[in-house]
Amino acid sequence: MDEPSAAGREAGDTGDAERCAPGQAETSVIVTRGLTKRYRGGQLAVDGLDLTVPAGSVFGFLGPNGSGKTTTIRMLMGLIEPTAGTAGVLGRPMPRAARAVLPQVGALIEGPALYGFLSGRDNLLRYDAADPTADPRTRRVRVAAALDRVGLTAAAGKKAKAYSLGMKQRLGLAAALLQPRRLLVLDEPTNGLDPQGMREIRTLIRELAADGTTVFLSSHLLDEIEQVCTHAAVMARGRLVTQGAVADLAAGARGRLVVTTPDPAEAARVLKEQGVGDVIADGDRISGEPPARDLAEVNAALVAAGVRVRGFTLVRASLEDAFVALTGEGFDVAG
Amino acid sequence: MSRAETIPATALRRPSPLWTLGLLRSELVTTIRRWRTLALLGVLAAVPVLVGIAVKIQTRGGAADHSGQGPAFITQITNNGLFLVFTALAATLPFFLPMAVGVVAGDAIAGEAGAGTLRYLLVAPAGRTRLLLTKYTTVMAFCVLATLVVAVSALIVGVLLFPLGDLTTISGTRISFAEGLGRALLIALVVAASLVGVAALGLFVSTLTGSGIAAMATTVGLLITVQILDQIPQLHALQPYFFPHYWLSFADLMRDPVYWDDLVKNLGLQALYAAVFGSAAWARFTTKDISA
Repeated sequence: MDEPSAAGREAGDTGDAERCAPGQAETSVIVTRGLTKRYRGGQLAVDGLDLTVPAGSVFGFLGPNGSGKTTTIRMLMGLIEPTAGTAGVLGRPMPRAARAVLPQVGALIEGPALYGFLSGRDNLLRYDAADPTADPRTRRVRVAAALDRVGLTAAAGKKAKAYSLGMKQRLGLAAALLQPRRLLVLDEPTNGLDPQGMREIRTLIRELAADGTTVFLSSHLLDEIEQVCTHAAVMARGRLVTQGAVADLAAGARGRLVVTTPDPAEAARVLKEQGVGDVIADGDRISGEPPARDLAEVNAALVAAGVRVRGFTLVRASLEDAFVALTGEGFDVAG
Repeated sequence: MSRAETIPATALRRPSPLWTLGLLRSELVTTIRRWRTLALLGVLAAVPVLVGIAVKIQTRGGAADHSGQGPAFITQITNNGLFLVFTALAATLPFFLPMAVGVVAGDAIAGEAGAGTLRYLLVAPAGRTRLLLTKYTTVMAFCVLATLVVAVSALIVGVLLFPLGDLTTISGTRISFAEGLGRALLIALVVAASLVGVAALGLFVSTLTGSGIAAMATTVGLLITVQILDQIPQLHALQPYFFPHYWLSFADLMRDPVYWDDLVKNLGLQALYAAVFGSAAWARFTTKDISA
């Protein structure tokens, strides 16, 4: 965003005065402190967000629809002015340093947006021309490379309005990959893709991360976050519920003991005796929170009581369990 | 921390100041390639053809008597085809030309916002001031292009249907055909400049909404409203501040010597509108939350 004071500045001017405190810039690619957005109607979309995205991470940004994810991303990209708080991207304040920061950031925000009357290739040429730091001499080569990377070379000459949703999504990704980026912000990047396309995009994200690009990935697909991300943050009703390494988040939620048996009533009684909490019987399937004692003893007690045990398993907690435990809700639209 | 992050941002590439013009070139090409733009230019090109054919048919059976009827210069066309240029510009300036400009200007920002492409241009990052300047330059280029389409179409039709030769000015003096051609070009440029005000107004409206259609309709609606108000005698005191008020002053370029008063007033008024609504558009666009 050009503020009046910044309007006359040279593009790419990097004054040291705008740098955030040293140290933050070294280890974190995105840092927000008390970031808040209240819309004109008084609705609080984002409330005091303290987000820290480590450099080199694949960062999953989770939350139900309406939880403030997109508003946060728009503030990080300088499209929306925060009501309060600060946002730093690549160690520089946003939206003030947008002209220096954004050429190093590739973004896919709320799905792709294309010029339907232009071909896929011409769409990318236009977006690249909008970046004043993009060298026009290498433009065609870079556009061709980006198209190739998302598998759109064959359809590059087709008008974008004839593209399927998946192809549009790929073209949007290609636009984010026109230049070497230090940060990629991808809002629901696998939306509209078939399973094969999803796998390809996940592979692409892993490749990019391996090259040292930090990827900030918002998704409603928990298994996608679990498969791809090293770190994650969870938002609910405009607030940050938790953030950290994915392994730590999932470990925070305890697994459940699941017993399959044709004698559910008796099994439930024994399990309660053995200290299993929150016992739920569902047909021949009994589940509960595992007790602190050795599970072998629990199994022995079941058999000793004459319960015929078909299955006895400890189900590892998924990120979804962690999410439900943290937000107390599923992925419903927040009111 | 990866290798790339240790390199300062500006050391990667030194952007040339000329690269910033890439967006203007892209914008011009994108605007011209829209079907809507081509359709508008097609309509503008058709007006002189219709006027030319109508005059030709009407005068076939002998001299027609329609003095005082129709747009300026229409009675002169049968004597000299070059007058079709002046007639066509006089016929299109009150409505067709500003409507075309209003459509293109109204769509400039709002259309991109409606399609969602605005957010991608801004994170590219196009820069809000740079994007707005690029859009305004493009709209002004369209003003010139639209006017030239009318003028050139009229010239071709005039050459094909009517005789050519020396011209008689409004003042009654004779000027050569070459000088007449020069004046035609000058008039076309003045007509294009007359559209600068409505272009700035349209661009400002375009920053207010996220719907291209709404911005176009509002701009064209404002144009019609102001044109009507300009005809109401009771508003006499306000009329010198309406942007179309001095539009037809371009005819004064056909006087000998040229009568400059209203021409200068027109250009000054257009500059005033450009300054006021250009600033308003800039103030609005550089502080706006882009949530579309």
